[in-house]
Formats: sequence, C-alpha cells, structure tokens
Amino acid sequence: MSLTVRPLALAPWALGLGLALPIAAGLAGTLAPALTGGGFQSLVDWPGLPRAMALSLGTGLVSTILSLAITALLIGCLHDTRGFSMLRRALSPLLSLPHAAAALGLAFLIAPSGWIARALSPWATGWTDPPDLLILNDPMGLALTAGLVTKEVPFLLLIALSVLPQTDAPRRAEIAAGLGYGRAMGFALATFPALYRSLRLPVFAVLAYGMTNVDMALILGPSLPPPLAVQVADWMADPRLARLPTAAAGAVVQLALVVAAIALWLGAERLAAPLVPGLALRGWRGRVLDAPMAALARASGLTIALGLGAGMAGLTLWSFAGLWPFPAALPDSLTLKTWAKAAPDLTATSLTTLAIALAASLAALALTLATLEAETRRGRPLRLEGLIYLPLILPQIAFLPGLQVLALVLGAKGSAATVAAAHLVFVLPYVWLSLAPAFRAWDDRIGLTAAAMGASPGRIFWRLRLPMLLAPLLTALAVGIAVSVGQYLPSLMLGGGRVETLTTEAVALASGGNRRLIGAVALMQMALPALGFGLAVALPRLAFANRRALLAERRAP
Amino acid sequence: MNRRAFGKTALSSLALMAAAPRLALAADWDAVLAEARGQTVYWHAWGGDTKINDFIAFIGAEAKARHGVTLEHVKLASTADAVARVLAERDAGQTTGGAVDLIWINGENFAAMKAEGLLHGPFATDLPNWPLVDTQGKPATVTDFTLPTEGFESPWAMAQFVFEYDSAKLPAPPRSIAELAAWILANPGRFTYPQPPDYLGLTFLKQVLYGVLPDAAILQAPVDAATYDTAVAPLWALLDAIHPALWREAKAFPENEPALGQLLADGETLISFAFNPGRASAEIAAGHLPDTVRTFVLDGGTIGNASFVAIPFNAAHQAGAQVIANLILDPAIQAAAQDPATLGFQTVLNLAALAPEDRARFDALQLGLATLSPADLGPVLLEPHASWMGKVAEDWAGRYGVAP
Repeated sequence: MSLTVRPLALAPWALGLGLALPIAAGLAGTLAPALTGGGFQSLVDWPGLPRAMALSLGTGLVSTILSLAITALLIGCLHDTRGFSMLRRALSPLLSLPHAAAALGLAFLIAPSGWIARALSPWATGWTDPPDLLILNDPMGLALTAGLVTKEVPFLLLIALSVLPQTDAPRRAEIAAGLGYGRAMGFALATFPALYRSLRLPVFAVLAYGMTNVDMALILGPSLPPPLAVQVADWMADPRLARLPTAAAGAVVQLALVVAAIALWLGAERLAAPLVPGLALRGWRGRVLDAPMAALARASGLTIALGLGAGMAGLTLWSFAGLWPFPAALPDSLTLKTWAKAAPDLTATSLTTLAIALAASLAALALTLATLEAETRRGRPLRLEGLIYLPLILPQIAFLPGLQVLALVLGAKGSAATVAAAHLVFVLPYVWLSLAPAFRAWDDRIGLTAAAMGASPGRIFWRLRLPMLLAPLLTALAVGIAVSVGQYLPSLMLGGGRVETLTTEAVALASGGNRRLIGAVALMQMALPALGFGLAVALPRLAFANRRALLAERRAP
Repeated sequence: MNRRAFGKTALSSLALMAAAPRLALAADWDAVLAEARGQTVYWHAWGGDTKINDFIAFIGAEAKARHGVTLEHVKLASTADAVARVLAERDAGQTTGGAVDLIWINGENFAAMKAEGLLHGPFATDLPNWPLVDTQGKPATVTDFTLPTEGFESPWAMAQFVFEYDSAKLPAPPRSIAELAAWILANPGRFTYPQPPDYLGLTFLKQVLYGVLPDAAILQAPVDAATYDTAVAPLWALLDAIHPALWREAKAFPENEPALGQLLADGETLISFAFNPGRASAEIAAGHLPDTVRTFVLDGGTIGNASFVAIPFNAAHQAGAQVIANLILDPAIQAAAQDPATLGFQTVLNLAALAPEDRARFDALQLGLATLSPADLGPVLLEPHASWMGKVAEDWAGRYGVAP
C-alpha cells in the first residue's frame, strides 16, 4: 500500500517542477541579456515598436473577444439542436489542425489570387489578373485576426462543452425558460456567468497566444512592421549577431504587454460583472433576440467550418496540381509528381514528428493521471490549476531562447528527445485540461462501492476508473499529439534545425511560396492529429460495443 | 638562433612547401577521406526551394556512393539561423562537436562569421578540385561582397541578377532602371520586390543604386559616413516615387525569391526578377510558369555573385564537410547543377581547364526556353561592399518599415 502511495504523492511535485523549472530557467536565460548591451535603447530606437506593440495587443484582444463571443453565441443559441451537433462534429477535428496549416489554408482561400477570387473570376468580377487588393498581410492585422478567430473558436467551444456539465446548464436554461426568457437572453443571464468562470484561464491562454504567436503571424500577419513577437524572433536570428540584447529587451516588453493585457481584461471583467444583474433587474425577456442571434450563430459557425474546410481542400488540391494559373478555379492538370518527389522526406519527417508527439503526450498523460489520482486519494483538490496554465499564458518567445542556451550548456543539443521534453511543457496543460474534468466527474459512488467490497485504491484505479475513462483518456492523448505536432518555436529552437518536424518544415516552406509542397506538408500535418482523434473515437466504440452507457456518459451534457 | 638564420630557415621551408604541395596534399587528402568515411555531415542550407533541396539530396547520394559520407540537409528558413546557432554554441563554450558542419553562405553572413572567428580554415584552396575553379574569369569566386574569401569558404554556384516577364503580356520590357521606373508608374500594382533585409530585395536595391549613382565605383569601398546621405539620396528619391505604384501600394511585400516568383506565376506581377538566370526555364519545365515567360538584363549589366559553403570552427565533422565541399566542385556535379531541368545554376568552374569528357557534359546542356546565353547575359556587376547593404537595409526599415 505505502509503496503505491509514496511515489504517487510525488507526482504533483514532479508535474509542478516539470512546468515551473524549464520556464523559470528559460525566462532567466532570455532576460539576462536584456539588462546588458543597451537592448532597451536600441528597442526604443526601432521605429516600428509602437505599431508592433499595438498589433500584438490589437490582434490579441480583438481575436479573443470575437472568439469568446462566437463561442458563447454557438452554445447559447444552438446547443442541443441538430445543427449544433453537426457543427460540433465539423469543428472538433479542426481543433487538431495545426495553426500553421490553418493559416496556410486560409491564406490561399482569401488571397487576391486565392480560391474565392478564382471561383468568382472572370465571370462575376471581370478579373483576368488577380486584383491588387491588400487582403493578406494587411498592416492592421485583420487577416491575422480572422485566422486566429477561426482557430480559437473550435478550441474555446470544445473546452466550454467539456465544462458545461459542471454549470448544471440544462436546469439553468429550464428555469430561465420557465420565467419566460428567450433562449439567448436566458443563456446570457443564467448560464454564461457560471460558464465563463470555468473558461477564464482558457480565455487568457487564447489572449496570450493571439498576442504572441509567431507561425500564424508569419503567414497571415503584416510585415511593415510585424507584431512584436515575430520581430523578436527575427532579431534572435539576425546575421549581424548583435541584436540579441534588442531581442531580449523585446521579449521583456512582450511579456509585460501580455501581463498588461490580462490586467486590462480583468478590469473589463469587473466593469462588465454588474451588467448581468442590471440586465436581469430590468426584466426584459428578450425573446425577439432568439431568431437573429441563432442566425448569427449559424452564420459564424458555418463561416469558420467552411473557411477552415475549404482552406484544407485548397491545400490538398494544390498538392496534386500541375499548372494552375489565375483565374482557373481548378488546376489545368492533376499530377502525383509533388507527392512522389516528397514521399521519402515526408515519411521520415512524419515519423520524427509522430515519435516526438507520442513521447511527449504519453509522458504528459502519465503525469496528469498520477497527479489526479494523488489528488483523489488526498481527498482535496491541488492548487495546481494556475500553474498548469503558465506555459499557455507566458509568451513562448520570452523563455524558449533561454531554454535553448540552457540545453546547449547541458549538452542536450538538437536531439529529438530534447524537443520532446520541450514539447512536454506545452502538451501537459492541454492533456490536463482535456482529462481533468472527466476524471473528476467520475461518479465516486462506484469507487465507494468497490472499496466497501474490499478493493484497494490501486485496484479501483486500474480496474474501474481507468477502463471507464477510456474515451477521455484517448481523447487527451489525441489532444496531446495534436498540440505537439503543431509546435513551431520549441521545435525550431531546441531542435537546433536538426530535428525536422512537419510544422518546422511547413513554416520554412511557407516562406518559399511553393504551394504544391506546402499543400502536401500541411496535409500530413493535419493527417497525424486526425488519425489520433479518429482512433480516440473509434477505439472506445469497439471496446464498449456492449456497454453503450459508458459511451453515452462521455456525452453527458 | 639569430634573426638571419631564422629568416633563412623560414625561407627554405617556404620553398620546400611550394615545391612539393601536390604530394603533401594528396597524402593529406587521403587522410581526410579516411576520416570522413562513415561521418554524417549536417549541411545547414536554406530549405525554401524544392529544386535546391532535391539537388542537395542528389549530392548526398553521390557522397554516400563515392566516399561513404552521409549528408543530412538541415533546412533553414534563413541562413542566419545557422549563424545564430554557431554563435550560441560558442557563447555556451562549445568549441568542438558543434551541430553545424557545413553552411551555405555568402555576403553578410560570411562577413559576420569571419569577423567573429567562427569559421574553420582556410580549407578551400587545399581541396583537390580547387584548381578547376575559374578564379580569373569569375573573380566573385574568391571575392565575396568585396571581402576576400582567403580560403574560408568554397564556391559552389554562380548567380546573376535577371529580370523575368511574361512575353505574352509585355512585348518590350524596359532596359534600364529609369525605364523600369517609368513602366512601374504606368502599370501600377504589377511590380514589387522582396522586403529587405531579404537578400534578393537588397540586391534589387543595389541594382537600383548602380542605375542611379553618378559614380558607382564608390560601392566597392566601405561606406563613408560623411558622404553616405548624399550618395544614396537618388535611391530614396526613386523609391519614394515608385512605392505608391508598387504591388499593394508598398503596404506589403513578398518575403523572398520564391514568394516573388509565385506572384509572377499567379499573374499578380508582370515583371519579376531572380538571382538565377536559369530559374524561369526550370520553373517552365516544372510546369509552374507559363512557357511565354522570358528573362532580360539591363543595358549596363546586372549584379552577379557566387554562393559558397563554409565550415564552422567547432563543426563535429570537419573532414566530411571538406569532402562535400570538394564533391560539389566535381565537374559532373557542377554540370548537373547547371542543367535547367535540375537547377539551372551557373558553374564556378573554368570550362577551359576541364578534361574533354567533362567539358562535353556542359556542351550537351540545353539551356532552356527562357535562359539567356552567356553572351546575352551581358556584363556582371560586382557586389557592393557589405557595409553598404547593412546601412541601406537599416535606413530602408526606418523609411518604409512602418506602412503608411
């Protein structure tokens, strides 16, 4: 008994240190050069600084507000309708879509020479050459904001759906409806405040990601100047070898900017909080809102699903395209040339990517399970939740460069294992977020009954809890794989260029504009996570073919 | 030992070294080959172009077959990534066993690494294939952006700036910078250049400098801070004039050469350019560009330079890296690189120095639809001193780096 408990008691420590140590070390390693060599002076001298900061803040805040609003709209207006389950089925796989692939697909869709323009030309638009329109890489970052929203809505939606049962939503909705409230209004007043409480940290993660991402911003964002994080990454790699202090100073400013944005958000929360009771006191039932809100929800959900889906279809088509001049809507010819040429490289890169993803996800799953089980046996929740979000809220650009130097000093240079270890830091939070609600929602009475029959805690864990949680376990693993596959900066910086993953390859190619090869790599990039999610759905159905209630439990809401 | 005796000894040993270099080299080279066998060489090279990637894979296959050296292409988004890597390794105290064995490099990156003492060498002049290099006819093989290479990098391909255009849509392309500017103003939105500090974008600015400076010879000396502002004023004047008529009104720029090429393929631009006279033909052959695309150069000539490979001071596999550098200079490999069906790069070798059967490999090449003959390519202008582009890139960012 004590043998099983003692290592388990260490699990939360291992998880906490595994997150905090690399981040602290990386931060220290990155920030130290900022204090020397006049980094801040040269940063201030950069004429693009105000705009780069504004871009980071603007694209981050706007994309977060929009993503949250659309998510609330979808759940509030469409939940439990047939359209919703269709939308959910369409959006869930899109969650696994790496950011870079989504951005590339979207870029081809909306570019002036892209698919939408091609489909409408020349018959509707009269364009025989692509119009000279600034849609992609616009200085305001609108394309980037749109890209972020399409990618973050599936994320927020699925998180929201996973925590929705905790809010007792059906009864809240029932009471609101019983009082005569319209569906949208009832959701806004009764369910959303409770839901938002559980969504807060994921929303901060979305905000921080939106402000600091590099891969999406490289593809969709402006370059005159780019958002701050992209410029910092650029300085890190400056051939003049002298911009490191500037880059470090930029990383400090980026970090401060994220902290400021979160503070701003918290302030806005305070201001908005009285609105709900205020609105309720006015007693307006808002039933007229239902139809337009539902239409808006349907339109935004459909736009996102179609946008991502068509983007992927476009990339797929490019990977098989021969000559495909503007304004042809379809390629002149189809060919396997791109795939045949890329096959050997793609196979090797895919295997490396998969191996790293599996290693990081399995380790994350083991740590998460051990910590959650330790929590169960302690009988009270751990104060880890905030720490879990640290890697999602801190800008990667602020601590990865320091981590890179640290890995060099330790001699852990450019190996797949080092990359997998770095991925663990980012995979762990998502695996935790994906698994913890299901793990905690498990009906304790089953365990009590087993214990009353003499089963040890270990036996309860291995024979009851784990098998019954097979579906969420596999989903968490698939989430972990998807997150790992999508990592760009950690793979680039800790891989030292030696560890080639599908994502580093896709972003490197994105700079080159070869849409055919980009299509092939992006397709593989989304195939790996899709495979994971496919297995996560199929395996429980096989295993629980005769235990339908276990399948149903997963969809409890 | 007194001073004179020392001088004598030094002189005689110098004479000895000069008398028997071949012999010593052959033995040394055998040792290098023996050490290299079984090594895996990590070649850090920009990975944004599939044809180049395929060619590097082809060199890898040859290296494996001929010398038992495995070649791994580490695909970079920017050469500076590899430079930063070596710098980080030095800063971390790693003086041996470094991750980077070979870098595709030139210009600013080479100048920076050489100045920081980050390069192994001199090694290039000791390579067995070095005597085949056309150092006389192609001085850019030993002068990298006015900086003498001194054997710290070995050339592998010549490049020359050429413009590309679709002859079906544009019958008579401009022949000078002034004519180009007039054409841009008359055809708004159909021309752009990669955003500096991209090398091709900077090369376009250099080409403009050659076109607008009264005395272009000043480009061969380092920037003189006192006269710089007056000297480059015509460049900014011309850019100020054409920017509103550029693609996207100069509020966005393509990132690099392939992105610029994609704009031509999509018909977004009508005049484009590349630093490879064979690029257009190769793209036509691959089915990526219409077969009406042609190339042209300016009347006064266009800028040309060489691409090199260099070995970092702490490379883990220096012997293997030297074997690769030598293999790249092999006439069969050089002829394959010049074939527009594979790459279409210009060779660095002196064709007159080759054995007849090697010479025949080059004579047999079909240059391709859009490629100008060596005579039509016209004079090659030398790269300006690297300090010019550092300064121009910085000022460009100051003037145009924040979109209006």
